[in-house]
Amino acid sequence: MSADFLYGIEVVLNGLMAGVLYALVALGFVLIYKASGIFNYAQGVMALFSALTLAGIMSGQVPFAHLINAIFGTDIHYFGWNVPVLAAIILTLVVMVIFAWCVQRFVFRHLVGQEPIILFMATIGLAYFLEGVGDLMWGSDIKTLAVGLPQGGSLWVEDATSGLGGDDFYGFFIDKLDMVATVVAIILVAGLIAFSQYTKQGRAMRAVADDHQAALSVGISLNFIWVLVWSLAGLVALVAGIMWGAKSGVQFSLSLIALKALPVLMLGGFTSIPGAIVGGLIIGVGEKLFEYLIGAPFLGGATENWFAYVLALLFLVFRPQGLFGERIIERV
Amino acid sequence: MKMKKLAAMALAGTMAAAPAMAELVIPDLSYRTGPYAAGGTPFSDGYQDYFNLLNARDGGIGGEAIRIVECETGYNTEKGVECYESTKGEGALIYQPLSTGITYQLIPKATVDEIPIHTMGYGRTSAANGEVFNWVFNYPANYWDAASVMVNYLLDENGGDLSGKSIALVYHNSAYGKEPIRTLEELSAMHGFELSQLAVDHPGQEQKSQWLQIRRERPDYVLMWGWGVMNQVAVQEAANIGFPMENFIGNWWAGAEHDVTPAGAGADGYKSLNMNRVDASLPVFDEIRTLVHEAGNAAGDGSNMGSVLYTRGMYAAMLASEAIANAQDIHGVTDVTAAMVRDGMASLEITEARMAELGMSQIGPEFSVSCENHGGSGLGIVQQWNAADGQWVALTDYIAPDDSVIDPLIAADSAAFAAENNIEPGCL
Repeated sequence: MSADFLYGIEVVLNGLMAGVLYALVALGFVLIYKASGIFNYAQGVMALFSALTLAGIMSGQVPFAHLINAIFGTDIHYFGWNVPVLAAIILTLVVMVIFAWCVQRFVFRHLVGQEPIILFMATIGLAYFLEGVGDLMWGSDIKTLAVGLPQGGSLWVEDATSGLGGDDFYGFFIDKLDMVATVVAIILVAGLIAFSQYTKQGRAMRAVADDHQAALSVGISLNFIWVLVWSLAGLVALVAGIMWGAKSGVQFSLSLIALKALPVLMLGGFTSIPGAIVGGLIIGVGEKLFEYLIGAPFLGGATENWFAYVLALLFLVFRPQGLFGERIIERV
Repeated sequence: MKMKKLAAMALAGTMAAAPAMAELVIPDLSYRTGPYAAGGTPFSDGYQDYFNLLNARDGGIGGEAIRIVECETGYNTEKGVECYESTKGEGALIYQPLSTGITYQLIPKATVDEIPIHTMGYGRTSAANGEVFNWVFNYPANYWDAASVMVNYLLDENGGDLSGKSIALVYHNSAYGKEPIRTLEELSAMHGFELSQLAVDHPGQEQKSQWLQIRRERPDYVLMWGWGVMNQVAVQEAANIGFPMENFIGNWWAGAEHDVTPAGAGADGYKSLNMNRVDASLPVFDEIRTLVHEAGNAAGDGSNMGSVLYTRGMYAAMLASEAIANAQDIHGVTDVTAAMVRDGMASLEITEARMAELGMSQIGPEFSVSCENHGGSGLGIVQQWNAADGQWVALTDYIAPDDSVIDPLIAADSAAFAAENNIEPGCL
């Protein structure tokens, strides 16, 4: 096989794995939109905040240290201990559940019945608030997230495939971190589907997603379900934050990964978990292949960001609700 | 009697206000929040701490106290312009915009307001032509110098011959990232190396395509014009594909500690340029520690002291204070105006003897500024990251750029700017 063809396959494989990472971000949007009709602008910042919290807890950082020092004239920054990864993840999840409760109690409870655009605007405010709190709580320096995830290309894959082409082919490059992210995403999606299908809370969540009023009439607590959904979105945000943060360190530009999720949502639909996954894979492969075949050789490169949106718009022309979204029919 | 009392009170008020009017006001357009805060915070800490040191040790500059006015830009151009507008009325003497985008917006404004701008290693490169950009200074070096210094370093590494070599430029797909392209194209034609260009879209969180391309094409060297998260991801991706890190060189905005630490041991050997030397043992740091930090007047928590960007911020403050002192000497007054500070900048001379006297021997190259040359010497060093020690190690002495390539480019670009803006080149 020619080296060019094999490198094309390599681009597809890497596109699939990049798509999984995009889908991880998109999942959080889908969960909240499906259950409450809210497009959560703060999902990217939630990924940042959860990763900051995880890194801070692991390193024994004192939250709000700068504020405490400024008010009381102290000079404390660290507790002097390191928290094991698993315990830190659990503590971070507790923080995200508390955050979910606060969001429900202090924001959306007061906005029940408001127009979707009002709810959307509230999430914009929430995003900026959370970013500020994250800065105040953990500082703005870049944090290394040492959670034991592997880095670098898989030498096994490279060695096993290097003989497929001629001297110009060096074997497939597959990032070990991307492989882990794929496995984690599969487990996460399977877990979310199992939760929503086979647990009482999951069924209640689906009932609320289908019809708020009907769910209320059979005694389902809307408040509880919304806290549950925002907590699950917090879990998804944490997973996305860990995977992206492991690549670049935990820093404030992590919140911009939400930009990668938007074309995925447009393509996969805002209400479908499988849609987020399939949408992510299509966007990942589509943008990488376009860059490889057309962008880099003919257009000067850096086409991925805008091509993802072009691809999503093309799909929208034929399926406005996205690949797996619910078709809305309004009868007058 | 009443009138006398009022007059006395007015006089007392005027006298009380007098020292405040004589303060040397220096705005700090900082960015301690947002995606680029990791770079902005140490720079501002160093910038402010040095002025605080001068206040504590010398009573300011020439006996006039320095007042720092900090304004948060978040590295956002609109906010940066707002900061300029809101601080210039306080008697601002010199601006350090700390962003190429903000610089481009401030060049026409500051020219009209007659307030000098110092864009140290960033901003509009052709501002080195002082006859066109009377109020803008970009000493000690600019982007085109950086590109030339990189190539000169590689020439040294390859026995003076780069013909047949391949060099890939990975750059932030913005005006900033595209700055070195023209210079590198000229140098490519001159030295016979093959130049390929790989653009990375903002913010640079995803660079798989670019690094797969590098893995396929296997260039001899990769140069990088990156910023923010693009740097950390690029270093990580280079390590992932097994690219030899000693052949990967970033510019001076891609060479701080936080650019390499997330990649851990994988970043070992990565190189970058620097316009100033990093040396935590400089005596000036002891003075800052004693007179500023321990006195409770530090801008930050002290954790950044001695780092690449803290040192650069401190170096920038030193250059500003030396220009102000020079202006005081030239005009024979201590409460100088912005226009006088411009004169001080336009005849600034930085010598090793003076740097040693200030406790920062060899922190930067010796250089002098003139009416015509606002760009300084253009020298830069190459440093290498030692991951085990967590330190940047200087590999070279200051390397000179190829002025025969840079000067015509500056002349052409500044002439075009002068023509577009109806500027008659000349000295003030």
